[in-house]
Parts: sequence; C-alpha cells; structure tokens
Amino acid sequence: MIADNVWLDAFVRLLAVLGLAILVVLVLTYVERKFIGRVQMRLGPMRTGPYGILQSLADTIKLVVKEDLRPASADRWLFELAPIAAFVPAFAVLVALPFTDSWGVRVLNLGLFYVVAVSGLSVLGYIMAGWASDNKYALLGAMRSAAQLISYEIPLVVTILALAMVARSLNLVQIVEAQGRVPFIVWQPLGFFIFMAGMLAETSRRPFDIPSAESEIVGGPWIEYSGIRWSILFAFTEYSTMFGLSVFGALIFLGGWNWPLGLDLGWWWQLILIFVKTTFLIMMTLWMSATFPRLRIDQLMSFCWKLLLPMAFVQIFFNGLILVYKWPDWVLFLTSGGALVLMTFLIYDATRVRAPARAAPREAIP
Amino acid sequence: MTVEQEHELETLAIDVNVGPQHPATHGVFRMVLAIDGEKVVDLVPHIGYLHRGAEKLSENLDYRQAIGIQDRTEYLAAFNAELCYVMAVEKLAGLEVPERSEYIRVILAELNRITSHYMFMGAYGTDIGVYGTAFTYGFREREYIQDVFEEVSGDRMMYGYFRPGGVAWDVPENFKERVRWVCQQTRVGIGDIDGLLTRNEVFVSRTRGIGAISLEKAVDYGLSGPVLRACGLKVDLRREEPYSIYDRFDFDIPTGERGDCFDRYAVRLEEMRQSVRIVEQAIEQMPEGPILPEKLPRRLRCPPGEVYMRAENPRGEYGIYLVSKGGDKPYRLKIRSPSYCHLMALKEMTVGHYLADAVVVLGSIDIVLGEVDR
Repeated sequence: MIADNVWLDAFVRLLAVLGLAILVVLVLTYVERKFIGRVQMRLGPMRTGPYGILQSLADTIKLVVKEDLRPASADRWLFELAPIAAFVPAFAVLVALPFTDSWGVRVLNLGLFYVVAVSGLSVLGYIMAGWASDNKYALLGAMRSAAQLISYEIPLVVTILALAMVARSLNLVQIVEAQGRVPFIVWQPLGFFIFMAGMLAETSRRPFDIPSAESEIVGGPWIEYSGIRWSILFAFTEYSTMFGLSVFGALIFLGGWNWPLGLDLGWWWQLILIFVKTTFLIMMTLWMSATFPRLRIDQLMSFCWKLLLPMAFVQIFFNGLILVYKWPDWVLFLTSGGALVLMTFLIYDATRVRAPARAAPREAIP
Repeated sequence: MTVEQEHELETLAIDVNVGPQHPATHGVFRMVLAIDGEKVVDLVPHIGYLHRGAEKLSENLDYRQAIGIQDRTEYLAAFNAELCYVMAVEKLAGLEVPERSEYIRVILAELNRITSHYMFMGAYGTDIGVYGTAFTYGFREREYIQDVFEEVSGDRMMYGYFRPGGVAWDVPENFKERVRWVCQQTRVGIGDIDGLLTRNEVFVSRTRGIGAISLEKAVDYGLSGPVLRACGLKVDLRREEPYSIYDRFDFDIPTGERGDCFDRYAVRLEEMRQSVRIVEQAIEQMPEGPILPEKLPRRLRCPPGEVYMRAENPRGEYGIYLVSKGGDKPYRLKIRSPSYCHLMALKEMTVGHYLADAVVVLGSIDIVLGEVDR
C-alpha cells in the first residue's frame, strides 16, 4: 500500500505506470533510431542535444503542436476514439506486470491469462482506425492487422499454456519463483521461439509489419492520422506493447528478477536484472526489424497455422506426458529442443538458397 | 415454408490507386490495381507524369548540347545513355574515336552499370520491406564509384563527359589506381549485398516464383536486358553485336531459368561481378594517347542520313534513332527505352499475385521514370 485510501492508492499506482509508459516510449524511440542507425552504418539522431538524446522530446513537441487533421469523409467518433482504443490495452498490460517480487501495480492470480487476453484487444483500435479513415489503404491495413493479430494470438496462448503447465501456476510472481536458477528458456526453447515470433507479430515489427507495410499500403490503419493522434495510435501503442511483452517474456522465459545470482536479492538488483533481460528482448526485436524483409500475408498465415500452431500443440502434448508420468526436467529440454530443431529444419528446407561467394578483405582508399 | 435458396454474396473488386506519390513507384509512376481481397485481378499502368519532351528538345540543340538531354533521360546510368548517343552521332558523322577514349568510355559505362544495379538492390530491398538496411549498404558502395565519377567528370549525376569522337577531357592521373581500388571494393560490396539479401529466407520466399513471364511472352513484349536474360535467353548486345571495344574483353552472360523476380535479381547481381571483370581487364589494357581525333570540327555537322544505334544498358536495350538532314542539329531523335517496354509487360507479370507482390514485381523490372516518359 502506497497510500491509506484504496482509491488513492490505485490512482497513484496507475499514475506511476502511465509515467513509466511515457518514459519507455520516449527512450525506446531514441534507442530504436540509434540502434537501427548503427546497423545501417549511420549515426542516427545527432543534432538535438549531445548524441541526439533530446530527439524524442523534440519529436513529441512537434507531434503535439502539429495540426490534428481528420478527413472530411471520415467517421468522426470512430476516427477520434480509435487511438485510445488501441492504446488502452497496451497500457493495461503494464498494470499486471510485476517488476520485482514486491513491485507492481496489481499482482493477479491470473496474471498470465490477463496479459495475453488484454494485449490482443489492440486490434479493435486498428480496425476502428482503418474503417473510420475511409481510405482503401487503411481498410486493407485494418483487415490485415485483424487477420494477423488474431492468428498469432493462438500459438502464443497455446505455448504459454504449455509453459503454465510446467510452472503449475498462472500467477506471474509464482511463475518466476518456479523457475529458480534455471529459466524456462532452457526447458522450453521451442516455446521461447514461438513466443518471439508471436511477439514480433503482435507488435507488428518486421518481418511481420504487414498491417502497416510502408512500401505497399503506406502505413496501413494510421495513414490518415497526424499529430498527437498518430503518436498515440502508432508510437505509444507499438512501443508500449513491445515493452510490455518484453517484460512479460523476461518474466516467464528468462527467469524474471531471479536468475542467475540467487533468490534473495535486494529490490535494486531485481530491478536491474529485469531491466537487462527486457532490454535483451527489445534489442532482439530491433535487430530483426532492422535486417528482415517483410513476409507476405499468405506466407504469414501459413507460417502461423501450418508450423507454429502444430508445434505449440506438440509442446503441450509432451509437457502433459512429462507431468503425468513425472519424468525428470531434462526430458522437457530434450523434447522441446528436438521439436525446435525439427522446426528449424522445416523452415530451412522450405526456403533453401545457395551460399554467397566469400568476400575479400577491404583495402584503404589510395 | 420453402427451402431457402443458397446464393453467393456478390463481391466487387476494389480499385486501389498506387501512385503517382507512393514510396514503391520509384518516381512518378501510377498504376491502378483492381484487387479482389488481396489478389490483383487487373492492373492499368499510367505513365507520362515525367514527360519533358526530351526528344523534341534534342532537335533544337546541336549534337553536343543534346548529350545533356541523354543524362537527364536515363539518370541512373547516364554514362551508358551518353555512350549510346555519342556512338550514334559518330556513326552518322563518320568520326574515328581514339583508343584511349574508347577504354575510358567502357570503364565508366561499366562502372555506371554497377552503380545502377546497386541502386536497384537498395531500392528493391526497401520494396520488399527491409527497413533501409539494403539501401544503405548499396549506397555506401555506390558512393565509392560515384566519387570516381566526380573526380573524372566533375559531376555526380549529369556527367556530360562523353563527346562525339571521344571524351571531354583526359582522366586524372591516379585514375587507374582509383579504379582498381573501386573494383576491389565492389567485389566486397557485392558480397555484402549477396549475404544480406540472397541468404535471407524471407527475401527468397518473397521473390521466388513471383512475376514470372515465359520466354515467348518476354520476346513478344520486347523485353530486354536482365529481365529477358532472367527468362533464360542468353542475349547481350555487348556480345551479339559488339559496339565500341567490347569484343576485346572476356566476360560471361548470366542467365536465369524461371524468369521470376529472384532470377532478375540474381542476374543483376552476377552482371555486377562481370562488369567488375570487364573494368579490370580494360584498366590493364588502357593505352596512353590522345582523347579526341585530331581533325575535330569546332561545329559538328552530320551529313544527311539516318542511323539506329543500340547499346546494352543496365536496364536493357537502349536505342537511339537519329535522322540528319545536314546542319548541326538532329532532324529527329527517337529514344527506344527499355523501361517503357518493361512497364507494358507489368500487367502480364502481376495479375494473379498478391497486392504485396505488385510492388515486388514493379521493383524487379527496375524502371527509371525519366527514361519511360522522356
């Protein structure tokens, strides 16, 4: 309890999480631009402040001051409410996430279920935006995002279900404690892979940025948005979801605040550990989004329904066997790892290509 | 109660207007796609947004001034376009070109083929959805060659360096050294692009089998260059009817098998390697000597007659049809541009694929709008 009054307490906690969300969005936009700039042999933002650290602030000011345009033929209420409908679920995910063993807005007994259920609701905002904009690109983008987000929800849920079977709890704090010194990524590598694929799809990052595909439908649902509404719909939703799911992944797969230094640490160590693990997942996402081309919608669908979903069920099946017959933990690793190898081979076999010529070393400019 | 009749819902194809302002159109090209869900059922290309009357303008300029028009027509491979034009004028005027100039021209034209293909690789990566990484990779390498162009001609884009009878002025002293270094860099750079795109499963699955066109159809549509060679026909004007001094070099003509987007990409990638080979051979053989013929008139006049000169440009067969009725200006100049023919086959390649593939196919034929609309 931060304050005595229940309502005041809840209010203060929510305010703290909202502040966290805004901070995360500001930092992540800067980190993404810097990181992808480095990947592309650029410097990224350098002019606003030392090393461009004020760039997100400058962007925010620009976006807030910009005119909030609405097409004359747009459905007014849907158009104006869509950014909020998209952002609220992304924000609500953060409410249920514990950051240390005692820090969190509300630790729910059904935390795992809550996070998965709520994070999928953003699609409503995208469909609202796409329909209300009265624009064909936006409509196409909305249809694509509906198909994509709903499809990828299923393997994500199934693989998290398999994980909950091993952890024997849906409470996020108990899941972290159940991992002890060895995180679930070791016992469930296939689950981690499916989770990463699902997370990329849920956050619409490359190679799954099909709803917003800039070279095809030029931004998709948010093509008609500008100024503050665009930043809520696009930047806030996307980065909050990315941060929320990364924290979630760090909790359930990377051992949260525990591993590897032991269980009885002070809260500052726990905060640092969870921060490092979250950053690791976010950087993985950014790395992939800097180098991967975009998939096509039918490839995306067949990847989900023909590969991820059966594999997620395979995972549940093996986990069930292991739990029923009380086999030791390393069998978990064997079955899951074996399934991951099989899946990697299937992907490799479907898309095999020739090897490139070895490059010669560079010389200096004469 | 009667049995309810089952009837299908009536559906309409949506017309989606892509361009003239659209990131995937590489300029001001517009195509109207009729889509059924995500499938393209019809495509209508609209061209003419960049029409500047280049052919008519050339008729009002004298033979040397019209070189500038060629630069602005095919702006990504200006040396190649210039080369084709000046060769047409030389043929008409009966000018002899000194050896050294021939070598300089071939080296620059082949380097320009490499920069043009780099531009394609970068833009194509962006079309398929790489967030600018292929683009910056391609542009870094392109910049090395662009520096050489700037050192030689003084310009980065509209060079205006070739002249009927030779080149405008001699190359700098360290030219050979610089070109050798650039060749070395380009080999490395091609490997980088190859690793980034060819080895990427997503890239391959996006381009394999997309936009395929049969060899017969390709010939009927008048396709040329890498797009035709990707269909499996081993035809290259540098080999078929060697112009300039191309018969002196040893190079391969890469071909594809299926004529799809991946083959077009792969043919271009291999062409870059072959261009490096040609440049390396040319730089070894390049002699010293004059760069312009001794008896070059101050005002170039062509005898009455007509000539058609065609050359293998990065995008395909680039042709100049020149009519002279005497005097110092062309009576008629007609440009046969490869991109124009390729665009006409766009519908054939795209219909039946997904909306996302329309962008990939358009990228794979590598159009330059300045050359399409002229």
